[in-house]
This record gives sequence, structure tokens and C-alpha cells, in this order.
Amino acid sequence: MKAFTYDRADSAVHAAAASARPGAKLIAGGTNLLDLMKLQVETPTELIDINRLPLDKIEDTADGGLRIGATVRNSDLAADHRVRERYGVLSRALLAGASAQLRNRATTGGNLLQRTRCSYFYDVTKPCNKRNPGSGCAALGGFNRMHAVLGASDQCIAANPSDMAVALRVLDADVETVNAEGEVRVIPIAEFHRLPGRTPEVDTTLKAGEIITAVTLPPPPPGVQIYRKVRDRASYAFALVSVAAIVELSAGGIRSARLAFGGLAPKPWRVPQAEERLAGASADAKTFDAVATAVLDGAHGYGSNDFKIPLTRRTLRAVLMQAART
Amino acid sequence: MDENRHTRFLFTRRAVLETATATAALCAGLPQVALAVGPVDAETSPVPVTVELQINGHPHVLRLDPRTTLLDALREHLALTGTKKGCDHGQCGACTVLLDGRRINSCLTLAAMHDGQPITTIEGLADGETLHPLQAAFVAHDGFQCGYCTAGQICSAVGMLNESRMGMPSYVTESLALARPELTDAEIRERMSGNICRCAAYPNIVAAIRQAAGGPA
Repeated sequence: MKAFTYDRADSAVHAAAASARPGAKLIAGGTNLLDLMKLQVETPTELIDINRLPLDKIEDTADGGLRIGATVRNSDLAADHRVRERYGVLSRALLAGASAQLRNRATTGGNLLQRTRCSYFYDVTKPCNKRNPGSGCAALGGFNRMHAVLGASDQCIAANPSDMAVALRVLDADVETVNAEGEVRVIPIAEFHRLPGRTPEVDTTLKAGEIITAVTLPPPPPGVQIYRKVRDRASYAFALVSVAAIVELSAGGIRSARLAFGGLAPKPWRVPQAEERLAGASADAKTFDAVATAVLDGAHGYGSNDFKIPLTRRTLRAVLMQAART
Repeated sequence: MDENRHTRFLFTRRAVLETATATAALCAGLPQVALAVGPVDAETSPVPVTVELQINGHPHVLRLDPRTTLLDALREHLALTGTKKGCDHGQCGACTVLLDGRRINSCLTLAAMHDGQPITTIEGLADGETLHPLQAAFVAHDGFQCGYCTAGQICSAVGMLNESRMGMPSYVTESLALARPELTDAEIRERMSGNICRCAAYPNIVAAIRQAAGGPA
């Protein structure tokens, strides 16, 4: 680890101001940041600890939703009775991620800001445009089994590793931030993570000197909530493909559906056209196939990850069949 | 019989630890750098932080390089070597300790972040010469082979049983509506997936935890 100074923030605004200084980084759970610092992928010169800020509450909102503080731990969020009762897809997604020890430290804000687990991003001896802009992408012609098949660019094919963010995407969550001037901004989750394009080093639309204070959930939409994760091990592994679904059934089939995907893209992936195909459709194999085709529009494998395309098709069909049975 | 054997084992370990502590005391006059972990960065000399760690009920005031992880503070500065360093990247669980009763990876957190917070390590679980029920269960079921992951497994299991008693669900819990999901073997395996055992003593680890949880031995 490179040397750094350590300080504690006494308010979110102070933390936001401090984080704008060159070389400064905020630390909450630290489960991803310290890992990256040990490998010198991240080399902050100043760490600002935000663990003692009063951002660790889950509160009901006036419209019947929830406001989740940025430092609420992943395990506490997954176990919260309101989340279990009304946002099961979020509870399930959180419990599908990492290990119990990591979930006890990892925070809501930190989960959204975690970096890709692309092995070339982690290996400082290899070119990586995300870690070292302009150096190239070793994953393009390398071992890219875990990488994106949608939304990637010729500069970067890294996938977003979060399970939680996939559930937040299907729930249409908002990310609340504050800056050094105390100005609050609300970023829809759809706009929070960005595609790599020509600047893969920028993961999110968060500005310098802006800190996440909370994530808000609107009231849950009607329908059964499912989170299904396919991975190399039964537990404690990143998704090859994951599907977050909220499906509302009608007498003859499906009334409405929302689908978000993990493991496939640099951000949690949603395709409105695919969801529109499900609205008012019958719950049969033909429908599910057409929906999968719409989801995978433009999908492109890079060799070792070609399998993700048929795997997504099959996983989606399994999820929709499960939804239709309930 | 098993109890006696384990007591002897503990005495041996304790003797080793006492010797190690005595050696550390003898070395106290040597420059601090002799005990430093990892290469010291010559470009920038870090500003040390003072932190008071509450380890197993005892306060310890340490002046540390901010880079010191909780794991390194325990092992290298307090000679509490029961907590093990495996991968040092949060992947194996060997370094699991309890922070305010909750299990965490001590390798992925800085000591400086835990000023004043209560931490329990494997050394703090037994009550005098009486083993913690999970320690006794691991002995009774032979829940290890080489033993390197065992401290982490046991601390993790203590935290896991607390979580289970509080009704926390897991990925394999059938219904999130259950106030307290039953601790089946599938639940134990899923909830313990953050602790790797390369000797693959898993069946006996599960049996030990099942017994300590009050299930059939």
C-alpha cells in the first residue's frame, strides 16, 4: 500500500469537500478500496473515513417508499423487515453477493461505487484503459469469461460486478448526493453508472466533490419479485448472468414486467422494448424467446464469454417460467 | 478425553504465545521499523495515527502507520496470532474476527477505523479454561485438518449463530417472511461460504456448527 493520511469526516458536506482534493478518497466499508490499495490499483494519498456519519438509517418515505442511508451495511439492508416484505428482489440480490463477513462491512453507497473485477484491471502489469487511460485493453484478446457482452466499447469490456445495483435498477431507485456547497442532487439509478465509450476510467456520473448520502426506493410495483444469479460456484462468486424480475400476472398471462440484468454489461442492464413485449403477452416459450431476443439485441461475445448470450436466454426463460408459476 | 487432549493443546499454544510475547518485550528497545510490515514507502512518510482498540475486553493504545490493517495490528503489534492471515484480500475468511459481535474480515479494514470499538478474536472466546461451545464442538467433531482456517471458521460461526438468532435470512432461505429461518445444513453451508478450508473439513465443520446451534450431533 502507498502511504496516505487518515482522517474522519464530521459531516457529509465536509466529506464531500475533502473528497474533491487531489488524491483524496472516501472510505466506508473499505472492502473493495483496501483490496485495490493493497495491489496499488488505487493509490490515494488521503483517506477520509465516513463510517461515523449519521447515514446509517433506513427510513420510510412519505410516498410509501424507503430511504436507505449511504452507510447502511449490506447485511442490515438485506435483513430489514420492510425490505424483506416489500422489496424481496433487493434482499435476495444483496444476499447473493459476496460473503457474510463482507456484507457486514460493505455499504449501500460503496456497493454502488465498487470497481469492476476484470482481472486485467486488477493486474498492474497489464494494460487497462480503466486503470491507466490510453494503455489499451488486455481483456479484448485475453481471458474474458467474466466480461460484458452488452454496452462495452473497443476501449473496455469490463462488467459491473454488483448484485445490489441490478435490484436497484429494476426497482427504479434514485441515488441522492450532496456536494461541498451542501447542494443535494438526485440521480436516477439508470443514469448513475455509465458506459465506457472512450472514457472507461469514469465509472459513474458522480462528480468530483460529490458524495452519496442515500438511495431512495419508490413504493414497490405490483408483481412477484425474483432475483436469479448464475455463477461458477453455489455461493460467494460473481455473477456470470443475473436477472432481477418483477412480474405482474393477469388471468391470461402477464400484465406487466420489469427485467434488469447483471454480469452482462458495464452497468445494470434494462431494455424497455423487451419489457413492452411482455406487457399483455401470454406466458409461453414463444413470448420468452422473443423477449430474450430483444434483451440481447446488439450482444457481442469476445471469445471466452460467448456462452453468456445463450445462458442469458435460458436464465431469463427459467425466471419467467418461475414467475408464471407463482 | 477429547477435552483433556484439547486442554493440553491449549497449554502448549499458550506457552508458545507467552514466549513470543516475552521475546517481543525483549525486542522493545529495538527500532520500531524492525516490527513494521511490508515495505516502507520512502517518498512520503505517513503521519501515524493513535488508536485505542478494545480487544477481548482489554484496551490497547497503539500508534500506527495508517496503512495498518486490523489484522496486522492484532498479529504484529499485539502478538495475538490466533487470527490468521490467509489471502489478505477478503477471499478466504481466515482473518475473521467479531466487531461489536458481527463477523468481519480483519484484513480488509484499517485498525484506525476502529478506535474505541469492541473486537473479539479467537483468544477471547473461551471462558478461562472452559472452551467456547463452538471451540468444543470443533474439537469433538474434528472440524479441521491443518487448523490454519479454524480460528476464522470458529469466529465466523459465532457471528453466524448470532445472525441466525436475530432472524437474518440467507441466499438459500426459502421465504424471506420467516422470522427465524431454520438452520439446516444447506443454510449453514451458505452462511459459512466466506470461510474456505483447503483441507476440505467441511462435513465436520458443518456437524460442529450444527451441534453448537443445538441441532442433532
